[in-house]
Amino acid sequence: MKRLAKILDIRSSPHVASGQSVDVIMFNVVLALLPVTAFAVYTFGLAAILTLATAVASCVGTEYALCRFTGRETSIGDWSSTVTGILYGLTLPPSLALWMVAVGGIIAVSLGKFLFGGLGYNPFNPALVGRTVLQATFPVAMTNWPATPVDRFTSVPSSTLAWPFTEPAYDAVSTATPLASWKFEQEMTDTGDLLLGTVSGSVGETCTLLILLGGLYLVARRMMNWRIPVAILLTVALFSGLLNLSNPKHYADPLFMWLSGGLMLGSVFMATDMVGCPMTHPGCVLYGILIGVLVVVIRVWGGMPEGVMYAILLGNAASPLIDNWIQPRVYGTTGNQS
Amino acid sequence: MTLFSRKTFAHGIHPPGLKDDTKGLPIRQFPFAPVLVVPLSQHIGKPAVPVVREGQEVIRGQCIAQPDGFLSVAMHAPASGVVRRIGLTPSITGRMTSGIFIDPFPASTQEVPEGTPCDAATANPEEIVAAIQQAGVVGLGGAGFPTHAKLKMPEGKSVDTLLVNGAECEPYLTTDHRVMLEHSDDVFAGIPYLMRATGATRTIIGVEANKLDAAAVLNAAIPDGAPITVETLPVKYPQGAEKMLIKALLGREVPSGGFPLDVHAICTNVTTTAEIGRLLPRGLGIQERVVTIGGPGIKNKGNYRVPIGTPLRFVLEWAGMEENLTRVFLGGPMMGQAVSSLDIPITKGSSGVIGFTSCESSPLNDSKHYPCIRCGYCVDACPIFLNPSQLGLLAENGEYLRMSEDFHLMDCFECGCCTFVCPSHIQLVQHFRIAKAALRKAKVEAKAKDDAKDEPKPKDEPKAEAKAKMLA
Repeated sequence: MKRLAKILDIRSSPHVASGQSVDVIMFNVVLALLPVTAFAVYTFGLAAILTLATAVASCVGTEYALCRFTGRETSIGDWSSTVTGILYGLTLPPSLALWMVAVGGIIAVSLGKFLFGGLGYNPFNPALVGRTVLQATFPVAMTNWPATPVDRFTSVPSSTLAWPFTEPAYDAVSTATPLASWKFEQEMTDTGDLLLGTVSGSVGETCTLLILLGGLYLVARRMMNWRIPVAILLTVALFSGLLNLSNPKHYADPLFMWLSGGLMLGSVFMATDMVGCPMTHPGCVLYGILIGVLVVVIRVWGGMPEGVMYAILLGNAASPLIDNWIQPRVYGTTGNQS
Repeated sequence: MTLFSRKTFAHGIHPPGLKDDTKGLPIRQFPFAPVLVVPLSQHIGKPAVPVVREGQEVIRGQCIAQPDGFLSVAMHAPASGVVRRIGLTPSITGRMTSGIFIDPFPASTQEVPEGTPCDAATANPEEIVAAIQQAGVVGLGGAGFPTHAKLKMPEGKSVDTLLVNGAECEPYLTTDHRVMLEHSDDVFAGIPYLMRATGATRTIIGVEANKLDAAAVLNAAIPDGAPITVETLPVKYPQGAEKMLIKALLGREVPSGGFPLDVHAICTNVTTTAEIGRLLPRGLGIQERVVTIGGPGIKNKGNYRVPIGTPLRFVLEWAGMEENLTRVFLGGPMMGQAVSSLDIPITKGSSGVIGFTSCESSPLNDSKHYPCIRCGYCVDACPIFLNPSQLGLLAENGEYLRMSEDFHLMDCFECGCCTFVCPSHIQLVQHFRIAKAALRKAKVEAKAKDDAKDEPKPKDEPKAEAKAKMLA
């Protein structure tokens, strides 16, 4: 008979695990973003490649540097800063000066995430924090949408390569985003163009179909709570539909609201960021409704054409409160947890 | 029998079943170890009191320890032999407990003489409760709660339904499955005792859909006219937990801090039921139990009828272990307890002996920890609808009191779903165990403090003395 050679390994149960891991989830978000990213490169050419590369490099680099500086084990392996970088890059105008992209990326990870304690502790979506700071700091550069040149794979807009800390010069031809032309000129864009993304806008927000494809992948892999985008989109449709019925000339129809601007990218990939959204399903629905209402309010009555970014940040701010209000009803009890 | 029933509970998880290795293997008798150690405390409640002395010869099945009070059961000799000594033995809890060491006679036929039978048709409820206590029956699913204590109806309580738990939702374990297949007659012999003792008017046997063959066998064996139905349940962990089974089959929720009796239900494990049906008509006591010996670290996997008190070392040596066996636990992988010593004996609550090699245990030990990303997986998994994420954060800060007062910590029955799903590999249920233990300890200490205050009063002297004795 054989004797046990080694010492027994004692551990409290469970002795099995699902195998799910944070880095796997984050990597899958990167995968889900690939079609959108590829389309962004196809539409905007070299400018998009440079913008996205700078965004990712600045986010990951900042994370690495801060970990080194604070003497922590480096956390870039969990892919979360890569996700932040890609998402942040996708929300930028394609002609933004690269030094501005880098500034935003550094701010996104340092102030948006690391300052609060890193992954899991950030109350706001870091990518949106970075973009918000840029929007406030460089309002002109952040709202300049150049027409896509035919030679997009061989040349870059002059503004992209502006020297650090200089004001970029813009190419003459500039277009308005669908939302801006609706808001300021009452011109509507063709729905087909909106679906396929052949309109001007931020790097990755234009093609609705590919965003939905990425979202479906994450839902199928149970890495995204589908209730959030559904609640946001239904709220937007309902709210803007009512407004549209009351005055079709003044208020845009729900389909336009859905397909224009950053609503799809924001509701599918940003509002669903696990760290910033409530934990319970009813909480997530409430959070989605709140964001949906804010999007319409900002778009219709606000000073800016687009409001998804601020709506999601406000939703993030509200989610701890929602979690406080809405807790699951414990089996065998009648009341809620405090 | 309704196939593909949708009756289930909300939340829960779907761990891989891993039952294929042993579910087709018939129950076989396990040999007698050179020494058997019968712990006096194999159940929740007071340890039994030995009624044999060192050097005494015992016959297999003979009562060797009597229950001490109501919440305690009798112990029976697992083999004919001689009592070598009564002394300390390691137990699964990590503490040493008293046990009776028996050296079996190698040449004995090991026959079990029958005792006074208890007839389900004529015995009154009190007699049945006493017979079950005398037979030493405890929950064989692993809980180890004395079965007769559940059957005794308190004043003003009544039961309408007996639930027989054949869910066996833990991975690897196949003992209930084999018992249902091979001993369905014992199951149906046991049910009348339980119904008569509790006054239940109907019985539902709940079987998970991965054991359809067992459900079919049971369904075909239902005695004519008996108010018994077999229900299949979707495969989901922890379907076999009492509260979950009651929710699934009856749609009732046991109140927080309460018992199944509060919703007029009583729940017994199918193997416990079969054991009652086998023992009571012959006046026997539990001297062995069916154990699944399996897992990747075991060579000769199977379902064995193992004498109570067989040391794990003998079990593993006889069943054969792989070179790199590193972890052994009693019960299933979700709730089973890892053993710290191979001198621990098989007890009435040991439903499985599962061995893991380094291949299975190292991914879990080496998995990288991440901060909680508030993904909500644990909230979606908790069958009791707690918020494990919130509880985990509180536990890390040591806010145990808030955990129990504001977040229902004490309702947690430690199924482990939260730890299973956590992508950050946070040891949630392990934290909760520590928190619950700390709270229990604090409660005892607070009580001792209160008692100490009372002590100086001369009037209470005899009472204080009794309490001091109790604490000691």
